[in-house]
Formats: sequence, C-alpha cells, structure tokens
Amino acid sequence: MITRKRLTAGVGIALATLAAGLGTAIPAAADEAPAAPSPKVELVLDVSGSMRTRDIDGQSRMAAAKQAFNDVLDAVPEQVQLGIRTLGADYPGEDRKVGCKDTRQLYPVGPLDRTEAKTAVATLAPTGFTPIGPALLGAADDLEGGDGSRRIVLITDGEDTCGPLDPCEVAREIAARGTHLVVDTLGLVPNAKIRQQLTCIAEATGGTYTAVQHKEELSGRVKQLVDRAAEPVVTPVATEGAKSCSGAPELKPGLFTDRSEIGQHRWYRVDVLPGQELRASASVAADRAVDNDYGVLLRAVTTHGREIVRGSEAGTGRTDVISSGLRYPKPEAEDGDDGDGKPAAETVCLQLAHSFSAPTSVKRSPGLPVELTVDLVDGPDNASDVAAFGLGRGWWLLGVLVLTGLVAGLLTGWLSRWRVAVWRTN
Amino acid sequence: MTTTPRRTRGIRLALTGALLAGLTLLTTAGPALADDPSASASPAGDEAGPTEAGTTFRTATALKQGQSGTAQASAGDYLYWVFPADAGQRPTVEATVKLPGSAARRGTSTWQVDVYDGLRRRQACMYGHQTRKAAADAATVELSCVLRPVRAWSEPWANDPLPGSYYIRLTVVDLPAADLGLPVDVEVKTSIEELGGGHDGGGSLAEPLVPGVSVASAGETGDGPASAAPRTLATGEPEDGWASGWWTDRWLWTVGGGVLAALAAVFGYSLTRGRGRPAHVPPGV
Repeated sequence: MITRKRLTAGVGIALATLAAGLGTAIPAAADEAPAAPSPKVELVLDVSGSMRTRDIDGQSRMAAAKQAFNDVLDAVPEQVQLGIRTLGADYPGEDRKVGCKDTRQLYPVGPLDRTEAKTAVATLAPTGFTPIGPALLGAADDLEGGDGSRRIVLITDGEDTCGPLDPCEVAREIAARGTHLVVDTLGLVPNAKIRQQLTCIAEATGGTYTAVQHKEELSGRVKQLVDRAAEPVVTPVATEGAKSCSGAPELKPGLFTDRSEIGQHRWYRVDVLPGQELRASASVAADRAVDNDYGVLLRAVTTHGREIVRGSEAGTGRTDVISSGLRYPKPEAEDGDDGDGKPAAETVCLQLAHSFSAPTSVKRSPGLPVELTVDLVDGPDNASDVAAFGLGRGWWLLGVLVLTGLVAGLLTGWLSRWRVAVWRTN
Repeated sequence: MTTTPRRTRGIRLALTGALLAGLTLLTTAGPALADDPSASASPAGDEAGPTEAGTTFRTATALKQGQSGTAQASAGDYLYWVFPADAGQRPTVEATVKLPGSAARRGTSTWQVDVYDGLRRRQACMYGHQTRKAAADAATVELSCVLRPVRAWSEPWANDPLPGSYYIRLTVVDLPAADLGLPVDVEVKTSIEELGGGHDGGGSLAEPLVPGVSVASAGETGDGPASAAPRTLATGEPEDGWASGWWTDRWLWTVGGGVLAALAAVFGYSLTRGRGRPAHVPPGV
C-alpha cells in the first residue's frame, strides 16, 4: 500500500508544520484570556445509507456534507474545541439491533487539528442506520467537563427509526442535566416526519432547526452555529427552588436555571438590605409541545405571606419563552432603629408559577426550563412628584423663584438708587 | 453610573436660553448648552451593525441606539437583540424580514416583533405593525413597534418603560409546518426620538434597568469569582451615558417664569413710583 504510506507521510508532515504553528500560537492565546472557559462543539453527522442520494445541487448528500465540513473546519474560531461524531458509519448489515448502536466518535473534542479532522471526514462513506438518540447521548458524553458553552450540531437526512429511545426525549434529558447544552439540527430532506423530529430535538434544548436545500446553506449555517458557540456568554448556575418559602434556596445576585414542572410552582429567597433594590426576572421556556395559551407569574412575598409586588405575563401562540420581572426598592432604614450594628436584611420570598399546560401524551418530567436573574442594586430609587401639566413645584421651585426675585429686586433697587444719586448730583 | 447631564435636552429651548443669556444666574447651564451640536451630530446609524443575532435573552446581540443589525436565520428561529434607551426617549424598532423565494414556500406566515424591558417584561407598542401576515408570494415583511416614552421613574407596581436595556425578539408566530427552517434574512433597526421636557417626570432609578448590573459592578471591584464572568448580561449604554436625571428644560421654563415675574414686579413698582419729580417735593429744592 504505497499510496496509503505516502498519504500518512504527507499527513505527518502537515501535522508537524501545524504543530509548529500551533506551538507559537497557543501561548499568545493563553495570555489573552486565561479565565474564559473554551466553548465545545460537536458536529454529529449522519452517515447512513440514504446519504448516497444525489439531491443537493446535483451532488450526493454525503458529498455536500463533506464539502461543508471542509469549509467549516477551515473557519473554526481558535478558542473552540471541536469534535466530530458519526452515526451509521460502520455497520453495513441488516440487523437493526446492531445497526442502531452504530455511533462513533470520529474526532475527539479538543483543540482542532484541521488536517487530521479533514482526513478523518474524507474517509466516511454512507453505510448504515440512523441512530440519532444514541448519537446524541454519545455526543453529550463527549462534551462532558469544563464550564464553557456546549453545542451539538446534528446533520441528518433521516428520522430515527430505531426506537424505543425517542431522540426528542433524549435531547430533553440531556438538556435537563444542566450542562447548558444546545442541540441545533439541520435536516437535509424536506420530509414532514424528519422535520417534526428535528424541530422537537431543537426545541427541547433551545436550539434551532434549519431545512437545508443547497450546499452553501449547509456550510454557511454550520459555520454560523460554530461561531455562535464561540460567543462569550454568562453561564447560569443551577439551583432548585422549593415548594414553600421556608425551605427555599437563598439566591445571590446572578443568573440561575431551574426546572419547573407543569402545575408546579417554585420558591426562592433573596436577602435585601434596607436601601437596596431587588430586581428579579424569570423566563419559563416551552421546550415541548404545550397548549396554546400560557402565562407566568413572579411574586415577591414577605416571609409572613404578604405580597409586595408581582410581575405577570400571559401569552398565546408559538413561543420560546414567557417571561416577566419585578423590582422591589426597599426603603432606607429609619435612624435609631438599626442600633450600631448593620441593619437587618429582609428576606424576600420569590414565587415563580407558570400556567403552561400540555396534552396528556406529553411527558411531565423533567420540568420546563426556567431562567432566573437576580440583581441587587444599591440605593433605592428616588421617587418625587410627577411633573404634571408641565409645571414645576416644590421647595426647589420656590427657592429658585425667590432667589431669582431677590436678585432681580436687588438689581432694580440698586439701579433706582444709582439713578436717584445721578439725578441728585446733576 | 456616569453623571454627565443630558445636554441635548437644552437645545429645545435655545430660544428661552437666549432670553436668559444676559442673566449671570445661569452660568452653570451656559457651557452645557455650548457643546450641544457635537452631541447630536454623530448618530451611530452610519456604522455597520452586527451581522448576527442572539437566540435567547442571555445571548442577545447588543445594538447601539440608531444602529441596525442584520442576521441570516431560519424561519422559526427566535432572534434577540438588545439596545439601551434612556428617560425622555421614545424608541422605535423596525424590522424587515426577507422571505425565501415563493417557490419554496407553502403558504402565509405571520411574523412578530416583541420588545421586552431590562426586567424581561413585555412592553406594549403604541403604534406600528407589531404582527404582520406575509402572503405566500410576498418577498418581505416589514414590522415596526413604537414604544411608549421612557420615564425616569415609575412605581414598582407599574409596567412603565424605564431607562435601561430593551430586548427585541423577532420570530414567526404562525407558518405552515413545511416552511419551518427555510432561510430568511432579517434586519432590525432602532431609532430614538428625544422627547422634550414635557415628558420629564420626577424621580430617578438608582441604576438603569440593565440586567446583571450588580454582578458587573462586583466584577469591576475584582471580587474573586465574579471577575471571571465573561461579560454582563447586557452591556451598552446610550452614546453620551445615562442621563443623571437632574437636567430638564423645565428649569429654563421655571427660571424664565421667575424672571418674567420679577420683570413684571419691577414694571409694577416703577408704575407706582411714577415718572419725574415726586409730587410732595416743593419746586425749587
């Protein structure tokens, strides 16, 4: 196999040059952003037998996907750790049981060696079944570890007929692990069933679905998704609200995620010092098939159960999230009450309820994803008169008017005295 | 929080300003009026805006005031942008969606633009086509939303627009299932109308409604874990910083009123004094 040897030699040389290039590039990158966790992306490619079909700009789907991968691999941002996983690439037989386990990590998630990755992709040939569920599970495991954002880009042309593992349920479970994982799906065939499955997967994780018809669209979209992963974002902290305020977790300012099942509400607690303003907002995402009308309610309640303020919102029709927020400026403590120690913080209970409903066929757990932001800003807001009818009023106005009148009066007085003096001397 | 006074407000009543120019009382406002033109002469609209859109509140792409942003997306995506708006301004959001060729589409789709404030509360549109149907053969859909004037302060129980970040969400709310995922090009543009002193209400917020503002300030002081956060949720403030809230042209009106009152008083005083020699002084003194 002389040609094979040559190929490996060529790859070796290319690797060496690349490694040399990387060697100089890495320290520079490390200096710039030591703290930022690197985002991880895994491209999951369907290599099932149907990818042979020649219906994308006259090329086979596989050829289009390979070309797109080459384009994408060239353009991957430096900080992104990219991996590639295939499904249906290896088992050419007819046995469904074996074929439905056929998923393999083609290129491990890590700093990208473009040449090696491209070579690996080039070896792929359309072969077996379409086990999307196992592939998603595998991809989620590949992306384990680290604090950065995680994204799976699934490119497929067929629906998962493997069962009983519904890929949509798999996706929802992966999302519920709380690892900020998003699955974006690209469908190569405009087929109702595939579309439904892929939109379901995307919806379950807060990802997007794209119907690809041309190969430029494919590479453009995958590039866009990889770039999106590279965008620095704040990663929320997972928390778990309680059924009542007494056992609720205490939240500090920040961004939190939780899950809230249909028909459940959640309690959280925030300590607010006198003179601080509490700002909280909550979004509940519709990550599954829910009924058309829904709402969300966020209440701030004292420990004794008195409602302080609420934010509520209702909606109808297609949506990703429904959100609302509230703010509670706590007045400054009156002097004398707080003694010489620090004034006592008030515990404010936050109740989050939503009125999503779903047909009975829809699974209830894990609950709907919740995103919660809590902010505490110093100094309560400063209320004063509303300036009605365009008029100013109050002590300031009086002061200004008196001062102006005084100055004008003094000037007039001096002027007239001066005039009298001038008249007298004449 | 920057404490630069909102200077542009002053220009509205330049006339009143001129009337008062002789008064040394207003020396503090004088320089403020002087650099007005430079503040209003550089709109941000000319720069090329971002070419990507976020897909959640958390990842929303920041726009400057008056800037437009474009994005390539798939029908069915939820696209988010965020821009700042300050008290006394009335933001307008315009969105244009370029739909794929009618050969690829099956039917009518309905598009919608929603605006949320920094607390993720939905904000009502006063005017504009917030939701529009696109016929199966339409090439573009144009949406717009004119928000209510942003107030400096409101009660916590009210839903009034307050200074801070505003999120734009653009999406299709109804379309034939077969049209999901088709490529679309979208463009959003924000524009700001400065309203006069008539909209300057009393009160102010301690901090504008920018999500994550307290986390960001903790990060600036260098407190361990907070400083490791890549960025706050929504950055960006108006071109010349957040208004400190003390400047409004009501000052000019009020002082002008005071001066006019004083002038009227002097006029009345001079009328009672009369002209020339007082009547009780005998001639020849």
